[in-house]
Amino acid sequence: MTRFNKILAYIALVCLSIPPMLPLVWMISTSLKTNEQIYTKGEGAATQGFSFVSLIPHPVAWNNYPDSLETIPFMVYLKNTVFLCLCIVIASVVSSAIVAYGFARINFKGSKMWFGIMLATMALPGQVTMIPNFALFRSLGWYGTYLPLIVPAFCATPFYVFLLSQFFKTLPEEMAESAKVDGANEWIIFLRLIIPLSKPALATCALFAFLGTWNDFLGPLLYLSDSSKYTLAYGLQQFVNNPYVNWMQLMAASTLFTLPIIILFFFAQRTFIQGISTTGGK
Amino acid sequence: MSPKARENLTGYLFISPWLIGFFVFTLWPFLRSFYLSFCNYNIVQPPKFIGLANYQMMLFNDDLFYKSLWVTLRYAILAVPLTLVVGVALALLLNLNVKGIAVFRTIFYLPSIVPTVAMTSIFMWILNPQVGMVNRILTIFGITGPAWLSDPVWTPWTLIFMAVWAAGGSMVIYLAGLKDIPQYLYEAATLDGASAWRKMRVITLPMLSPVIFFNLVMSVIGTFQYFTQAFVISNGSGGPEDSTLFYALYMFKRCWKYMDMGYGSAMAWVLFLIVMVSTGLIFQTQKRWVHYGR
Repeated sequence: MTRFNKILAYIALVCLSIPPMLPLVWMISTSLKTNEQIYTKGEGAATQGFSFVSLIPHPVAWNNYPDSLETIPFMVYLKNTVFLCLCIVIASVVSSAIVAYGFARINFKGSKMWFGIMLATMALPGQVTMIPNFALFRSLGWYGTYLPLIVPAFCATPFYVFLLSQFFKTLPEEMAESAKVDGANEWIIFLRLIIPLSKPALATCALFAFLGTWNDFLGPLLYLSDSSKYTLAYGLQQFVNNPYVNWMQLMAASTLFTLPIIILFFFAQRTFIQGISTTGGK
Repeated sequence: MSPKARENLTGYLFISPWLIGFFVFTLWPFLRSFYLSFCNYNIVQPPKFIGLANYQMMLFNDDLFYKSLWVTLRYAILAVPLTLVVGVALALLLNLNVKGIAVFRTIFYLPSIVPTVAMTSIFMWILNPQVGMVNRILTIFGITGPAWLSDPVWTPWTLIFMAVWAAGGSMVIYLAGLKDIPQYLYEAATLDGASAWRKMRVITLPMLSPVIFFNLVMSVIGTFQYFTQAFVISNGSGGPEDSTLFYALYMFKRCWKYMDMGYGSAMAWVLFLIVMVSTGLIFQTQKRWVHYGR
């Protein structure tokens, strides 16, 4: 590429980076402003123009953060969300790895058929099974508890099973063979040989499970009834739809809700990208 | 026990967590909801068989059913191609081999990992008609921005903007696809004197088509289940004037607001059929534009 083209490319890249970043910058900016800085001239007044200078809060209203923690019981929701995330990540990754090993490394009758059925269920809209599942959990007395969200995670997640089984297939067969000669059974091979070699793939699944649970809105909406059990996603929605919402506090809470995901992304960038790239898998 | 029988048993033991889940949480509910779709059912009392009444009501007597279909379809027609084009374009741009490109990739990717509820609340705020960022930007150009969230003409666009904003999520998949295109194809084309535009048309896009196809199928399936954004933006009502009453949201309201679970089940099965038919149709077009193998 010529020098001129390179400069042109950079200018294009910088300009195009503004739209994806601006809403996030606006969120953080609002979260640090006072009421007066946002509603200058009062509501209903003619809209003021936009300027980059107006993004900088002056003075900085840090108190929106502690205030938002009070207004929404943020810490309670955070504790609930982290608890759910931990349970679901562990349950789904462990069960998916076991199932994936069965599909990838054991040559049993009907293996191909069941694998095909499992892939087909990934395209099944959740709405189709939602009502009977709800009725089932309700009749078990699980409505209002975390059980309807956690228990299905123990039954493996097809997408993770698919990812892990693709990975397990790439691991060399010879080591497992020689372990078998030494008298190891499949379970020992799975635990001692395959799992230690599969940490990157397991991390990808754990990451997806964590993000999915952190983000999940429909599950808590359906099954949680008591506000002391709400998750962040659900609790934040209740706050958004409050007609007297304080936007500075809401943006502070949204920042706190988004920040862990962004931090996680920076620490686990490689895991993220690898996982997503295989999603589009061939 | 013979070694083969032993192996079969071990295999089934390993897949048993999924197998149990499949029967209990997928297959049984799948069949059960088909039965419930012919019933009057409110969860508290046992279902009462009423034949085709739910389907009759849906097809001939429910304007909201058609409205929700239209809202969903309109979104699919606009948002799916838009996000696809933006995703591919971003991937092509970010495939450039210049210093610091990883930083730009991160910038474009970030919006797609913002949790949905947070994303929706950010958009509700930046689209505030008086003090929102978007209308302030429009003011610079002398345009008075609309009331994005309370004007039914503009609410669908709010949701489409949100989808395009997060389009960087699919970009990563396209980037991986671009990396898989063998370099010698481009070298051969350069030797033949092909222009950049021609290389893109005869090499890049055809080689990328399986990935585009995969994303297209997934986003069509996803659109029919589009729920959270519509719920948050309308406080679960689907308003204003039912302009955000997506199919999944209407079904949710029917089930959990009016406790009409039989009708909801019928809607679920119509949804299932629509998803099957539309993915089937997309698969039919596959031969014409998707290139597998090299």
